[in-house]
Amino acid sequence: MTTMTSRMSEAQIQPARDASRWILTAVLMALLVILPFVAPGYWIYFAGLLGINIIAAQGLNIMMGYTGLLSLGHAAFVGVGAYTVALLQTHFDLPFWIALPLAGVAAAVIGVGFGLPSLRIRGLYLVIATLAAQFILQFTFVNWQWLTNGDVGLPVRPAALFGFAFNNETRIYYLILAVMILLMIFANNVIRSRAGRAFVAIRERDLTAQVLGVEIVRYKLLAFALGSFYAGIAGGLLAYFNQYVNPEQFGLLLSVFFLSAVIVGGMGTILGAILGSIFMTLLPEVLRELSLLAGATLGYDLGPILTPLREAIFGVLIVGFLLLEPRGLAQLWRRVSSAISRSRT
Amino acid sequence: MSPVQLFLEYSIVGIASGGIYALIALGIIVIYKSSRTFNFAMGEMMMLSAYFFYAAAVTFALGPVLGVIVALICSIVIALVIERVAIRPMLGRPFISVVMVTFGVGSIIRGVVGMVWGPSDLQIPAILSRSPVMLGDIFVPGKTARGFAIAVVIVVALIAYLRYSRAGVALRATAASAITAYSMGINVRNVIAFAWVIAAVTGCISGILMANINSLTPHLGLVALNVLAVVILGGMGSISGVLVAGFIIGWLEAITGLFLPTGFREITPYILALIILLVRPNGLFGSKEVERI
Repeated sequence: MTTMTSRMSEAQIQPARDASRWILTAVLMALLVILPFVAPGYWIYFAGLLGINIIAAQGLNIMMGYTGLLSLGHAAFVGVGAYTVALLQTHFDLPFWIALPLAGVAAAVIGVGFGLPSLRIRGLYLVIATLAAQFILQFTFVNWQWLTNGDVGLPVRPAALFGFAFNNETRIYYLILAVMILLMIFANNVIRSRAGRAFVAIRERDLTAQVLGVEIVRYKLLAFALGSFYAGIAGGLLAYFNQYVNPEQFGLLLSVFFLSAVIVGGMGTILGAILGSIFMTLLPEVLRELSLLAGATLGYDLGPILTPLREAIFGVLIVGFLLLEPRGLAQLWRRVSSAISRSRT
Repeated sequence: MSPVQLFLEYSIVGIASGGIYALIALGIIVIYKSSRTFNFAMGEMMMLSAYFFYAAAVTFALGPVLGVIVALICSIVIALVIERVAIRPMLGRPFISVVMVTFGVGSIIRGVVGMVWGPSDLQIPAILSRSPVMLGDIFVPGKTARGFAIAVVIVVALIAYLRYSRAGVALRATAASAITAYSMGINVRNVIAFAWVIAAVTGCISGILMANINSLTPHLGLVALNVLAVVILGGMGSISGVLVAGFIIGWLEAITGLFLPTGFREITPYILALIILLVRPNGLFGSKEVERI
């Protein structure tokens, strides 16, 4: 009953909130566009990385948050995208606007290849299949010497459009921003479509969904392909962003990173994946600054423990949020903003 | 040496190293039986135990025997803490969430071990003799053979214990039906905690053995993921099926080493897992728990 009434009151205040939401979005967009003019270069670099992480995390959110398909191999699919871009550029000299979508398609195809057998059955099998994908793909990146150049990796030239090269932080930032916004809008629309409702139905109770006429296998495949596609696009952008690819970037730690981003942000909300990515991308930087500070005060170098510290904190966040706030930062955000709007009325 | 003999030798060495995998698999299935939880932190529990052994035996110079005892006690305490703090509050939540929690716990342990002991290899005192064991003409490396013997003894002892002790009966009752067990007066929470203790013991022994045969690194626990992958696909139905799965992994890894470059060992179990998914999605031993949709 209580949820009913709160829904009703939410519906009543909807127009006002819609207007304020549009204003908020416009302000946010303007800020994102003028960011390179006001912020130092390091920030721009950082914002670019953040955009890439948001895309990848949103992909995982579509699979895991909306459809309930847990993937432990997301980083490997990001890697497939990155290698696709690098290889298409090296061997066929394809421009980015062809190579980037193909990176997404390649990741989706390989992702579905790994996921297909287990998507037909219920249970933990997909987790195992994605774990297998993580290890087998990373092994391939390292060992398929003549194709991937092993541990050394491959160089990537900056993306270019009609002779305009996205060859510095600011330019690639705008490219990433554009792709990210496009993909976020797309994700938002998919979620509101028939497919999106099917995803949620499958997550909530697959048998009921089937009884209601949802073709479970088809929509699971679609969610998985879509999530992998996002991973591939993120990987392709990462290749242009770093201007190289190597296997080390796409380890299990990165998969854990995306997992924690989605969990921390709040599974099953578009906003959650974004908030989670921001939090998780900022976190290592904050940690690094803090450890530099602490190291200077204590008088020794804390650098070597940073990577394990990060790993431990990822774990603490995953466990902590699942135990205490399974709906993540998005829920906290909602609570805060509804408290504000309530205090206004 | 004839190819047949070579194949035989590799098979025996492989099955011998599979003993440790069977021990890991036992730890995984005991927890699964008690609460339908897939413990993705098994490898990290193993790895942490080996570091406890190192700390006790080397850092505090207690020697190997006391070292094993201290490592066992610490592992059990840690397992109980994990169960109480992270797993018990998740009872009744979707199993995917519980999987993620155990995965997160693993990440925490990896990070903490990395911070305390660093990323490099550590040498632990040899508790297994190096002198090789000869089976007729077949040569089995000493550590592998003795590791196998210890693993088998522990597995047999634990299975006997689970079969005949009150605690073991309670565990099997809970596995059959938690609700019935509860209504019959079995304290299901204690049973779950007990399962984590058993897993801690198997993890501790297998971790110390692994560290003896290979070396002590934070990556020591990765094998448990391989074992978990194959065990889940082998079907979590029966303990014996799971033990066989452990031996199969060991054997396959050795045979891969015979035909393919060494690196392939790491991914053999996953390739096997994918093949099983493709051809026998009901699991190798046809467990009932698989539901097609």
